[in-house]
Amino acid sequence: MSATLLAVQTLNGLQLGVLLFLIAAGLTLVFGVMDFINLAHGVQYMLGAYLAVAGYQLTGSFWLALLFALIVSLLAGLALEFLIFRHLYDRDHLDQVLATFGVIIFLNEAVKVIWGAAPLSLPIPAAFDGSFQLMDNLRYPIYRIALIGSGLGVALLLYVLVTRTRIGMLVRAGATNPDMVAALGVNIRRLFMIVFGFGTMLAGFAGIMAAPILSVEPGMGDNLLILAFVVIVIGGIGSIRGAFIAALIIGLVDTLGRSMTTDIARLLLPPAAANDVGPAIASMLIYILMAAVLFFRPSGLFPVTRS
Amino acid sequence: MKKVLSALAASTILCSASAASADSLKIGFLATLSGPPAVLGQHMRDGFLLGVKENDGKLGGLETEVLVVDDELKPDAALTKVQGLLERDKVDMMAGVVFSNVMMAVYKPVIQSETIFVGANSGPSPIAGKGCSPYFFSTSWQNDQNHEVMGKHATQQGYGKVVVMAPNYQAGKDAIAGFKRHYEGEVADEIYTKLGQLDFSAELARIADAKPDAIFTFMPGGMGVNLVKQYDQAGLKGEIPFLSAFTVDETTLPATQNTAVGLFAGAQWASNLDNPANAKFVADFKAEYGYAPSLYAAQGYDAARLIDGALEKTGGDKSKDALMAALKTAPFESVRGDFKFNNNQFPVQDFYLVKAVSKDGAFVTEAVEKVFDDKTDAYAGKCRM
Amino acid sequence: MTRLLNNKAIPVILFLALALVPLYSSVFDDRFVLLFATRILILALAALSLDFILGLGAMVSFGHAAYLGLGAYAVGILAAHDIWDAWISFPVAILVSAIFAAITGAISLKTRGVYFIMITLAFGQMAYYTATSLSAYGGDDGLTMWGRSEFFGTDLFANDTSFYLLVLAILLGAYALLKRIAASRFGRVLKGARQNEARLHALGIDPFGYRLAAFVIAGVLAGIAGALMANQTEFVSPAYMSWHRSGELIVMVVLGGLGYLHGAILGAIAYLMLEEVLSGYTQHWRLIFGPLLILVVLYARGGILGLIKGRAK
Repeated sequence: MSATLLAVQTLNGLQLGVLLFLIAAGLTLVFGVMDFINLAHGVQYMLGAYLAVAGYQLTGSFWLALLFALIVSLLAGLALEFLIFRHLYDRDHLDQVLATFGVIIFLNEAVKVIWGAAPLSLPIPAAFDGSFQLMDNLRYPIYRIALIGSGLGVALLLYVLVTRTRIGMLVRAGATNPDMVAALGVNIRRLFMIVFGFGTMLAGFAGIMAAPILSVEPGMGDNLLILAFVVIVIGGIGSIRGAFIAALIIGLVDTLGRSMTTDIARLLLPPAAANDVGPAIASMLIYILMAAVLFFRPSGLFPVTRS
Repeated sequence: MKKVLSALAASTILCSASAASADSLKIGFLATLSGPPAVLGQHMRDGFLLGVKENDGKLGGLETEVLVVDDELKPDAALTKVQGLLERDKVDMMAGVVFSNVMMAVYKPVIQSETIFVGANSGPSPIAGKGCSPYFFSTSWQNDQNHEVMGKHATQQGYGKVVVMAPNYQAGKDAIAGFKRHYEGEVADEIYTKLGQLDFSAELARIADAKPDAIFTFMPGGMGVNLVKQYDQAGLKGEIPFLSAFTVDETTLPATQNTAVGLFAGAQWASNLDNPANAKFVADFKAEYGYAPSLYAAQGYDAARLIDGALEKTGGDKSKDALMAALKTAPFESVRGDFKFNNNQFPVQDFYLVKAVSKDGAFVTEAVEKVFDDKTDAYAGKCRM
Repeated sequence: MTRLLNNKAIPVILFLALALVPLYSSVFDDRFVLLFATRILILALAALSLDFILGLGAMVSFGHAAYLGLGAYAVGILAAHDIWDAWISFPVAILVSAIFAAITGAISLKTRGVYFIMITLAFGQMAYYTATSLSAYGGDDGLTMWGRSEFFGTDLFANDTSFYLLVLAILLGAYALLKRIAASRFGRVLKGARQNEARLHALGIDPFGYRLAAFVIAGVLAGIAGALMANQTEFVSPAYMSWHRSGELIVMVVLGGLGYLHGAILGAIAYLMLEEVLSGYTQHWRLIFGPLLILVVLYARGGILGLIKGRAK
């Protein structure tokens, strides 16, 4: 692999990592603060994408669609919280898994009924349309730069919110000792609702940003959900910093791994076997990585300790 | 417990309430109707049902009931459902099946029960070759064929160096094998991607680096949508010709739209094939369902029309020997024109180079030139029929 | 006294009812019921094995379907090499499952909670991707078995009724075994570890070995279920090991009611029957199934068993 190609693949890996962070951030926030396993995070991401498509069909503008989708995602998330999730905060993780699994089943079918089974898409907004020459034959869409920018922006926003604001302090306190926070007179229910709403909006935002480059279809959030869990588990549940670093690591390992494993396999094995083994190992790489991290650090890289 | 048993009994009775009689026909139609690939099953089913509807709900003069069953892409669940169709609903024949892993799971029990099986999509090589059966008829193709079209086209265009890319599963491997069978140049790289992969930046960088004369890919469903969009966004579309099969068709064009226009693919059917059956099919399909049909829909439609034609020929006689003999002669007007069965009861048909175009506000595929005339598949020789 | 009767009555009625299915099938000439029930029992065995570690030991394994696949592939691959004897293929299935469980369990059990869930998922995925890469055995297209396992020349596996009774017998045996273990000191250590691990350590007991042993037992039983599944479908595919399947097993266990073992069997029956009945009514049955699941979690704590016991009060 040439130096140019390596540099390009590194850029691709970092970009994938930022997208993963966008998706994982809301998940780790909700899980860390409320100890709530939200499997429905994946369908909230999907809903954001579908709402963006719907908003675009209504208004013809990406930015209005973004606003529309963010607001409706938030409302949908709050509705789910009010109807279902808030009854589950005190229940054990298994109940949460089952209930949110039910939400996944329902919403995956619902979007198919409303929007149909065929994949949909959203055009790139005019402001970010265009690309620049990255290497011979290859151009890099400006939109992907915007995506990286928005991911970094969200990371910064979360950092500022959590460490520099009063509500961030309450969130951190609520994550480590919710009973004490409630005893101190803070409306823990309202705090949880705000956190959950924010988490939902993050998921929806990730879906909206991904829609112009990825296909919008039923079930689009399912495999990403698994990836998001891998990210937050490696990063340490509840840690935004951990999610950010883990997302970047996974993005790099996955991207560079995909390119390299088959090449390495071809050096060691005959072509037919290499074509079997290489891609199989490439698919397994992030799981091997996660198993390895958990072996040495059973609570992830930056665990948040609860008291 | 009692409640459970009686519910089971009730559902058993309910389902076999309309048992097939001599004047009616019951067909079990198995398709993938859930999950991301649901759109393929939907096209195939809609095509089949249109074929039945056009004859006032009758095939060959017999009142026809189609039991549409979702296989959920789960081979063992599909098997149970097929057993239900055969044992409980006592269907006269089976039809459909989108995916090869489901097909491989249900093929044996259907054939062993001596039930006629009209395949409308999946055509794995074992069924075309060593495992062929007089009960199985395909109205689609053998899995490798659409890829062979692109291999031949690439050779004809003089592309000396090609990169091939497909998802890492059996159909992907078959696709690449099919392409290589008729391609005489150099395959610079074989890239196997993850099933369900979303972001192809790494692969696109690799392709750009290899500087091939063209790329050939097989990326069905959402994967194809992602790849085509990203291929365009990366500026590769005008630079390196994009050859494909099952990637650019009416199931993905509504999503890829302009980014796909101008891309070439290999198929046995396109919306502009010039024969009356096709003109009627495309017009009726759009009128009935409100969207443009794909080759999956055409295959489903042809399956219904094949059954209709065969039953017309036997004069409504459902008995297996008569029906199978009639089916073998393919007594119907296929929407793809030339159609007859080979010894392994797979189609002998023409294949075209098709192109994605924008027409009357919709995005469809149109045939540009014929690449193979009366093509047979590579496995027919292994079939001892 | 009444509570004891209640607890014992349910599994007795359950197994009696299951034993009567072949009779029902022949009286009403309904072969499909027998075939469907066979599939239910095989998955019930897998769910039962999961309940042992999940319900009793609070080990939420999200990769349990891997054992279904391992057992199935053991039978399938041997069959592809023309080895059909059940006396060979079943022990191979058991051995492979045991080794996989021992190795992955030893690594996974160092973690807790959601980390354990994820690492078991990871191992399950690794098994899945390995199976899809086995081109020689069909890859993800799967491997067709042209026959069933043989048992000393009899058609124990090939005959629908005898196969069903074989599966039922294995299920009953597994249930009895696990119930025995649960009631023993071993089981008490597992439960103690779930409730208060610190206290257990204070008593000088390290639950790791017990947990690992339980994990291996559960893996082996699920592997046997997989070997049976290969026989039932005469087809082996990586889809048997997907994480969706692992998730379904968890749903079955929780639906039935955790920790009672026969709850898992009830859960498997309920889940599969619900799926079958609902999908017969509408193509969009998931719109009903999803909320139903949510309602069960919210209002029917303890699953089906919880509902039954609630009524009995």
